[in-house]
Amino acid sequence: MLTAFAIFSDGLVYAAYLFLVAVGLTLIFGVMKILNVTHGSFYAFGAYGAATAAGVWYDRGLNDAGGLLFMVGLAMLIGLIIGIILERGILRFVYGRDEVVVVLVTYAVFLILEDVIVLIWGPRSYTAYQPMTAAGSIDIGDLTLSNYDIGLVVLAAALAACCYWALKYTRYGRLLTVVIFDRETAAAFGVNVRVLYTVTFIIGAMLGALGGAVMAPKMSITLGIGVEVIVLAFAVVAIGGMGSIEGALIGAVLVGLARAAAVHLVPQLELFVIYAVMALVLSFRPYGLFSQVQPRKI
Amino acid sequence: MTMRPTILGALAFVAVGLIAPWLPPWLVSLATIAFANALVVLGLIILWRTGLVPFGQALFYAIGAYAVALLGRYTPVRDVFVVVLAGAVAAGIVAFLIGFLLARYREIFFAMLSLAMSMILYGVLVKTETLGSTDGFHVEAGSFLGWRPQGATRNLALFWLVLAFSAAAAWLVARYFRSVAGSLTHPIRDNEIRVEFLGISVDRLIHLKLVVSGILAGIGGALAALAVQHVDPQMAYWTTSGGFVFVTILAGAGSVAAAFVGSLLFELVRSIAVTLVPGEWQMILGTALLLTILFLPEGLGSLVSRLRQKRKTAP
Repeated sequence: MLTAFAIFSDGLVYAAYLFLVAVGLTLIFGVMKILNVTHGSFYAFGAYGAATAAGVWYDRGLNDAGGLLFMVGLAMLIGLIIGIILERGILRFVYGRDEVVVVLVTYAVFLILEDVIVLIWGPRSYTAYQPMTAAGSIDIGDLTLSNYDIGLVVLAAALAACCYWALKYTRYGRLLTVVIFDRETAAAFGVNVRVLYTVTFIIGAMLGALGGAVMAPKMSITLGIGVEVIVLAFAVVAIGGMGSIEGALIGAVLVGLARAAAVHLVPQLELFVIYAVMALVLSFRPYGLFSQVQPRKI
Repeated sequence: MTMRPTILGALAFVAVGLIAPWLPPWLVSLATIAFANALVVLGLIILWRTGLVPFGQALFYAIGAYAVALLGRYTPVRDVFVVVLAGAVAAGIVAFLIGFLLARYREIFFAMLSLAMSMILYGVLVKTETLGSTDGFHVEAGSFLGWRPQGATRNLALFWLVLAFSAAAAWLVARYFRSVAGSLTHPIRDNEIRVEFLGISVDRLIHLKLVVSGILAGIGGALAALAVQHVDPQMAYWTTSGGFVFVTILAGAGSVAAAFVGSLLFELVRSIAVTLVPGEWQMILGTALLLTILFLPEGLGSLVSRLRQKRKTAP
């Protein structure tokens, strides 16, 4: 029973993490049909930015809650700046090229940004544990849960609800839904697709940076954190159906629970289980759980 | 006329093999790795021409390498020809099996699923303590039909071995491109449904291409394992696959020769860059990749054909 509860709680926390990193990726893919490998860089920049912010803030002994806000704020600002530079500076020149070619462009940018991180922050690793320790923990039965983890789950749920609301009930969200469904028809009806692309990419970048910022207190921020994230996020997004936000949510929960179960029951399978879930889902639903039906064009 | 590239290619391989003993040893070792990797790139070109970009070719590369390493560790089989073929067979079988899943996908899904497959292997290798986990383990030196050279002689013999495999692979792949299955690559890329209307199963063709490229990557990995005498999970990591994709883009999928020239150039530039500017290697890589995609979409090989075109049209 205790194990079951531990699996459930760990799984939810991991799912929250996965959703936070996958949502920006799936949004950009849904709207722009770009599989954005640079998402890993956004995440890494977010985490490094948060670590810097934490250093500045807590060295002055300022209060804890503000520190977390400052970290997230700085990270998202960095996401905003890189997002604008990438979209305006590089990506807009390759719109309309083969999808795979665009992936390679983002891969190239990812490689460049990996070294930019080294140039800015150097090869040493950083920590930003202060918000995590400040949040404390809570005992439920025999299990100790960190309040910060609970906060992560709440944040992920809030973000999911927010995305749902924005897509369903705001003007911008309705326009996005139209573009996701059929870009050409939307453009023919006078939707300014280019502007939507720019805005979406920037939002996606900021979401990636947010993911890095809120995860920063939970990990050692070191080189190569972006690499891991992009592969994980892709697995989640592929399970849910590329471009689908509710799919990313379901995918994150599925993978989160599966991984937590593996960690508690058969630890050797930890890395393996994520892709096993993916392979299993894709053998039955080749384009993910919430995929759109693609018409064959002759 | 059609025989000319074949003869030229054969002459190039023989010439490189003949001058090898007079080349500096570091260049021979570098070329050994470069040509072993070129075999993987050759496999990538086969898929690339169909419009498929495998972002997980390191899977087969690592399987070929680990097959050699495991044979050396658990069996008395040491002959290089046998172990390399074993690596090829192992990679071919894996390619055949996952082909049932992969051959259904195109474009990004294909790229990322093959990536996921290689990451599964990476995860398994990292977690397997008996295979040395992240450290990997040593690969036996091996014998050439009973002959066991040492030191510099071994490097030279290995280089000739890689050359022999490369020449054979280049010849076979060039023949494959001229066959019916090979000629259908561009049509599949342009319009798959029309190819199906011709009565040809595209999925089966792609499955075949996967197996062929898997075997090539397996041979490449096996030869690389023999050359480095060490295997580790990094061989299955996605950055390794990224390197192969990089060379393919840089060289272009235009010809078989591009794989070898591109791979050699890549290794040369890498070894120079790593000594001169160790911190900025990825940045150089990324910038070169970006510039190639933006300004030279068909790769460096297209420069050659462009020149040729110009000469033809000139009066």
